[in-house]
Amino acid sequence: MSATPYPYQWQPARVRAEFFRLLPISLFVVAFGAAFGLAAVQEGLEPLQALLMSVTVFAGASQFAAVDMWGTEVSLVPLLAVVFAINSRHLLMGASLYPVLRELPPVKRYGVLLLLTDANWAVAAQDYQNGRKNLEVIVGGGLVLWLAWVIGTILGVYFGGLLKDPQALGLDMVLGCFLLAMALGGKKSPRTLVAWGVASAAALAAWRWLPPNIHVVVGALAGGVVGFFWLETGRVAKPRPDPEA
Amino acid sequence: MTVETTPTGILIIIALMAVVTLATRYGGAFVMSFVRISPRIESFINTMASSVLIAIIVPMAFSGDAGALAALATTALTMLIMQRPLPAIAAGILAAALVRLFTG
Repeated sequence: MSATPYPYQWQPARVRAEFFRLLPISLFVVAFGAAFGLAAVQEGLEPLQALLMSVTVFAGASQFAAVDMWGTEVSLVPLLAVVFAINSRHLLMGASLYPVLRELPPVKRYGVLLLLTDANWAVAAQDYQNGRKNLEVIVGGGLVLWLAWVIGTILGVYFGGLLKDPQALGLDMVLGCFLLAMALGGKKSPRTLVAWGVASAAALAAWRWLPPNIHVVVGALAGGVVGFFWLETGRVAKPRPDPEA
Repeated sequence: MTVETTPTGILIIIALMAVVTLATRYGGAFVMSFVRISPRIESFINTMASSVLIAIIVPMAFSGDAGALAALATTALTMLIMQRPLPAIAAGILAAALVRLFTG
C-alpha cells in the first residue's frame, strides 16, 4: 500500500452526521450561551463585544470567569492566567487525540483543533477508546456547538430576561451529565478504574488545597501516571492499523 | 498591568483571551508532535484522557448542591442500566430540576 505519512480517511459525510448527532446537546448550550450573554451585559460589556468574545474565544467557563473580573479596569495578567488555567484542559485533550491527529496533514490538523471543546472531544475520545477514529466529530460537532454558543450569546445579550434562572431547570448540569455519560460509556478495564480512583483523589485534593481552576489538569495527569506505569496487556485487540502498513 | 475597559481596551482583552485559548487548543498536539509515541506514552495519554472526565465531574459533585448530586447519580444509574447517553443525560437534568423544585 502507499506509504502516505497522513493516512487518515477523512469523510465529509460524517462531518454532517456528527453535526446532527450533537444537535440535541447543542440546544442546551444555547441556554448557557444566553446565560453568558446576560452576565456579560450586566457586567458592562456591549452586546457586540460579548458576541465577539463568544465567536473568538468559544470556551464557556473561562468566559464566565473573565466577565466576573470585569470593571472599569481589568488586570490583564490575572485575567489571562485564569483563562489559561480554566482552558488548560484543552492541552490534555489535544494531546490525547494526537495519535489520531498525526494522521492528518498539519494544516488540517490545526484546522480541526480550532473547534476542540469538551463535548466533541469527549465523543472523539470515547470513540478512540472503542477503537474508532473519529475526528469528524470535532469539526461537525464543534460547528454545531459553536453555532449554539454564538446564537445563545445573541439571545442573552438582547433578550436576557428570557432565561433568568437556568439552574432551576437543571441546565447547569448538562455538561456534567454529558461528560459522565461519556465516561461510563467507554471501555472500563481494571486499569481504568484504578486511574479514575487516583484521578478523583488528586482532583479533589487539588480543588481543596491548590490554587483554583487547576484541579482538572492535576487529576487528569495523576490518572495518566497510572497508565504510564501500568501497561495494558493484550493491546493487539485494539483495531488500530499501523500507519506504516 | 491593567487595561481600561474602553472599546479599544476591550478589543485587546478579547483578542488576548482568544489567543490564550487557542494556544491551549493547539499546545497539546503541538508538544506531542515532538514526542515519540511509545506504547508507554500512548498508555499514559489514553488513561489521562478518561481521567479528564473524572477530574471534571468529581469536584463538581462535591461542590454542587443536592440537585447536582441527584443529576450525576441519576445519569450514572441510567447510563449503567441503559447504556445510552441521551436518556441518561435527560434523566439527570430532570432529576436536578425536580430536586431543586422541592428543596427550593
